[in-house]
Amino acid sequence: MRIPATSYTIERFTLANGLRVVLQPDSSAPVVGVTVVYDVGIRSEPEGRTGFAHLFEHLMFQGSENLEKLAHFKYVQGAGGTFNGSTHFDYTDYYESLPAGALERALFLEADRMRGPRLNEENVRNQIDVVKEEIRVNVLNRPYGGFPWLKLPPVMFDTFANAHDGYGSFVDLESATVEAAAGFFAEYYATGNAVLAVSGDFEVAAARAMVEKHFGNIPGRPAPVRPSFAEPDLTAERRDSYTDAMAPLPAVALAWRVPDPIVEFSAYLPYVLLAEVLTDGEAARLQERMVLRDRTATSVGGYIGFMGEPFEVRDPTVLLLQVFMPPGGDTDKVLRTVDEELERLATDGLAEGELARIQARFVTHFLRETDAVTNRAVRLAVLELQHGNPALINDLPRLLGEVTEAQIIAAAATLRPQRRASIEVIPGVSA
Amino acid sequence: MSSVVPDLTPAGPLVVPERAERTLPNGLHVIAIRRSSIPLVELRLRVPFAQADLARGGLLAGTLFAGTDEMDIYAITTELQAVGGGLAAGTDLDRLTISGNCLVDGLDRLLELLALTLNGAAYPSGEVETEAERIADRISLARTQPGHLARVALLKRIYPGHPYEVQTPDPEQVRAVTREDLAAMHAARVRPDGASLVLVGDVVPEKALDSVAQALSGWTPGAPEVSFPDLPALGGGPITLVDRPGSVQSCLRIALPGVPRSHPDHPALTLANLVFGGYFSSRLVGNIREDKGYTYSPHSGVEHSLAGSTIMISADVATEVTAPALLETLYELGRLAVLPPDTEELEQAREYALGSLRLGMATQAGIASLTSMLEGFGLDLDWLAAHCDRLAAVTLEEVAAAGARYFSPANAAIVILGEADVIEPSLKALAGVVRA
Repeated sequence: MRIPATSYTIERFTLANGLRVVLQPDSSAPVVGVTVVYDVGIRSEPEGRTGFAHLFEHLMFQGSENLEKLAHFKYVQGAGGTFNGSTHFDYTDYYESLPAGALERALFLEADRMRGPRLNEENVRNQIDVVKEEIRVNVLNRPYGGFPWLKLPPVMFDTFANAHDGYGSFVDLESATVEAAAGFFAEYYATGNAVLAVSGDFEVAAARAMVEKHFGNIPGRPAPVRPSFAEPDLTAERRDSYTDAMAPLPAVALAWRVPDPIVEFSAYLPYVLLAEVLTDGEAARLQERMVLRDRTATSVGGYIGFMGEPFEVRDPTVLLLQVFMPPGGDTDKVLRTVDEELERLATDGLAEGELARIQARFVTHFLRETDAVTNRAVRLAVLELQHGNPALINDLPRLLGEVTEAQIIAAAATLRPQRRASIEVIPGVSA
Repeated sequence: MSSVVPDLTPAGPLVVPERAERTLPNGLHVIAIRRSSIPLVELRLRVPFAQADLARGGLLAGTLFAGTDEMDIYAITTELQAVGGGLAAGTDLDRLTISGNCLVDGLDRLLELLALTLNGAAYPSGEVETEAERIADRISLARTQPGHLARVALLKRIYPGHPYEVQTPDPEQVRAVTREDLAAMHAARVRPDGASLVLVGDVVPEKALDSVAQALSGWTPGAPEVSFPDLPALGGGPITLVDRPGSVQSCLRIALPGVPRSHPDHPALTLANLVFGGYFSSRLVGNIREDKGYTYSPHSGVEHSLAGSTIMISADVATEVTAPALLETLYELGRLAVLPPDTEELEQAREYALGSLRLGMATQAGIASLTSMLEGFGLDLDWLAAHCDRLAAVTLEEVAAAGARYFSPANAAIVILGEADVIEPSLKALAGVVRA
């Protein structure tokens, strides 16, 4: 089947203060998506400040130059919109989805906090409490909390930047100060370190004028120099385990390093599809073998990066497999089976039509995600930030369709046990 | 509002996308809608499933695409993937839902594969056994989750004796289901009469209807008409306290009786609920999250099901602030019940409700799910457009009246799950407490 693609119109420009802007007009629905993405994430946190990037994201919602605490929420939702922000390993995004008539308001709101959030003792204390509750809900008070995205990086990596807990320790969170927040803002929330993207129902000239009006007079600051977070590849297998007091069933996550997603983009793409070949759908190799045939697993998932966003992550990152097992499941057996299946793939190659169907299905997922204006705006902004090329959104279906069987086989051949890190969950309660 | 903040350009009326509808001779109601934004098509098939056995229903949904007499599970999956497609089934209390999507050029093939399974799902014993174990494991896992346990306790409190009282089967019930049970359930219930199929995508609606008619006219009717008894009357009374030793948070759950979408009070209730706790800019979030920091995600919403509608309020709070969080929540309920909201907070809630509908209609998947959901309640996109007009017309007095009628703390059924010995003494200062 022919792999289709989108042909989104994409306009790019840079304001005098260094802010990069991507506009993507689309009149198919009367809505707009607005996002500002900053080139700072979990990896940028200094030692002793685990969780700070995420805490700071919360502080960006607590009022700004012209806006009281809670005003941001009221202006977005009072315009019929929704909002959120999220902190990733390599970027932090803020976004709104709104009816088209609220575009200028959303631009004003994002510009206002780009000038500076209201950082004060009360807001910092309150948001430390909110973040602690978030961690309790998502990690501490539930089985498999933080598995594997918080549990596997410290096994895989050695440097603080790559290995530390991105949600943060309560001790570090509690030590956060207004001064530290102000310093973090000054360094990372610079115009030169950000991308604004707008997707949806607007006229480009009018939107551009609004962007100039609201963002143009923000004092320009250059992007900080982004340090290399590179680490050498593993040369010997690493395994670790922990007991999860609330988990009823064993699980294991395993990962291997992949080529640099930006610098080695064409070498990287086959790994994106390899994860799908192994795990997407009942006919995928590991599903067929472990879930349906051997019954050594109850579910198998596979993706790139600890947050599963293959086109929004930088080096170093991983191809990750996540396996949940039945009661009494055997991790050694799971690891052996994965090795066998990779070996079989590297030796015997793919079945007829196997790659084509995986490509068709993956492109469907990819296109489907971009139908919502805000998802599209975030994707465009991150492609601009990391690749300097938001038009990749239109090219990716074709590029994925051009990945060859030989490339998949070569990628599979690199996933050797000695390059693997894994973390096992030992159940703390009986099923 | 501050004068520097740009005003909104008013939105026009809700524009309903181009669509066509047809009811096939076998009773299947088909709706095709054009949204050409991406070269895909979304599919939703909804089959009435009222009072279907939970264990069998869940397993039927999990193995519907596991094979036919001619095709095994690998063949079905690979044939679907070849057109970029996927199909998955799920059940809730009211319906069996099949959701899928594919590259638009693959629509005919997707429908063909759907028809093969609707007419000839074979429920192979190996796949049934495997899926039963997976579902049983998932239920065991859910039973370790505080949110699930709190919901189970709440349902027991508010729907005693009703089919909605228990919404998750026991793992052993799932393991006991045989492939013959599934084949019998399929023959009895997976039928086109009363069912609806929605397609949304880069399609010409009339042509898409022809494709459906071609593929699914051979699906044979014969479904029974099954309905639900009314929900039991819901009222206040002492707090139900459920002990979960070792909890670092307490799950606070409150239920109040609501009304269905077709009720004249529905638009006012929708807005009153938003003001109370239905979105971030609500009183509940402003109070117990943004002011007090007690919780990460407090929420209030109206759950609509065929048997009735219930207002559900939830917050997961730190153990030591359980009683203070309940106190503030009851205060906010009482405030809405006895005092009218401000004009400004009403207008904000109204804009939010109207904007959310537009955002919900802005993707293929959103239109498909919304249309299919409405179909399940006998409503359609014309109803939605009229609903927008009604939301725009609701008065402050009507919202105040809805607040008084639906948010009275005296009617609240309260369930709290957490470290009971620690939280019970302070809860007793606020209300009677009964251990579950």
